[in-house]
Amino acid sequence: MKHIISIRDFTREELDGLLDHARRIEQGGYAGNELAGRILALLFFEPSTRTRISFETAMARLGGERISLDCVEASSIVKGESLADTIRVISGYADAIVLRHPKEGAARLAAEFASVPVINAGDGAGQHPSQTLLDLYTIREHLPLRGIEIGLLGDLRYGRTVHSLTYALSLYDVMVHAIAPEGLKLPQNVIHEMKEREMEVHEWSDISKIIGDLDVLYVTRIQRERFPDAASYYSVASSYRVTPELLAGGKPHLIVLHPLPRLDEIDPRVDSLPHARYFEQARNAVPVRMALLKEVMG
Amino acid sequence: MSNAAGKALLISPIRNGTVIDHISAGEALNVLKILGITGSTTECLSIATNVTSGRIGKKDIVKIENRELKKEEVDRIALIAPKATINIIRNFGVFEKKGVRIPPVLKGVVRCPNPGCISNTMEPIQSTFEVIPKGLRCMYCDWVITKDIANYII
Repeated sequence: MKHIISIRDFTREELDGLLDHARRIEQGGYAGNELAGRILALLFFEPSTRTRISFETAMARLGGERISLDCVEASSIVKGESLADTIRVISGYADAIVLRHPKEGAARLAAEFASVPVINAGDGAGQHPSQTLLDLYTIREHLPLRGIEIGLLGDLRYGRTVHSLTYALSLYDVMVHAIAPEGLKLPQNVIHEMKEREMEVHEWSDISKIIGDLDVLYVTRIQRERFPDAASYYSVASSYRVTPELLAGGKPHLIVLHPLPRLDEIDPRVDSLPHARYFEQARNAVPVRMALLKEVMG
Repeated sequence: MSNAAGKALLISPIRNGTVIDHISAGEALNVLKILGITGSTTECLSIATNVTSGRIGKKDIVKIENRELKKEEVDRIALIAPKATINIIRNFGVFEKKGVRIPPVLKGVVRCPNPGCISNTMEPIQSTFEVIPKGLRCMYCDWVITKDIANYII
């Protein structure tokens, strides 16, 4: 039984295989009934738009059915049921489980108690492996995943998409620049792992110092609740804003990605520039998640 | 007073049980904590701390009467006392002598320092850490502990 819990569990060959599979799917290489008769359970204990809907779309395109826990408040969770028990029960109803949960390691726990495959759709500030796959997919559509320089910008401490992506990038020959304000830098466990994997992470606090070297700029949202007051948030957030003026100093082929939702961190004027690839990135979620669902249930 | 005489005063021999020798100085109480030996234990304990040692400078010694520690118990000690030696005593003689070897995975020994980790909730799981070259990694949330491991012992 194959679970999708953390990018750390993957080899480069496995990642490339999934990305190749997603590419074939996007080119029409699927019948539409591969998962007919199968049921996917979507358990979202935190809000989600893109992840949840793209998993539902992916399942529908493969002919499968979905069941979901729409409202935690109306479920037995409010009665104090453990996640372990919830997972054991849902395992009896579905052929695979997609789980988003506020606690780090929740998907790993779920995999221990599930009798069907579990896909981690985000566990607290931990990992978001299916997002990473579509991030890699989008980069690979434009650039080789080798010899490029990638800037990670914003909240690198709590941003699970960044943690997953950093682990994945360590499998490829890329240079990573981590650009974050004090207090939101990459966590020590990620830095530690990158050192173990002999990948150097260059840390910056000023995006303008490095923008000219980047092939990919991966932007994440700086969350207001991480700051003691509105003034300090706006002060930091404004200096991490991606604008056409900032991108004018970048390479012509630089692509800008964002896991979305974005608030103020990318100026809407960037949307019409050739650098902007974040909506394309969101679209790529469907073929990538179709490939994942086929991988665990096919 | 000779060293031998000094030791004899500090800790008397035991008839049966376990002597844990060469514990890093100051770690004896943490060793007991790892072994689950608390103030309510019925076992007869002798503890000596900061004893002069030719091998490791200063050391702690723990003697536990009428209890022979199992291998999985003593291996946990390696976390904080990697040079410890375990002597199983029977009828005042050393029946078996062994070192400690840290196991690849530790279950229920160390609490994850990450407050957001699922292992710090009421879920029916034990904390689980993978032993890595520079410390421990939580197998649930990937948090790495590289120092002050004793502070996180459950």
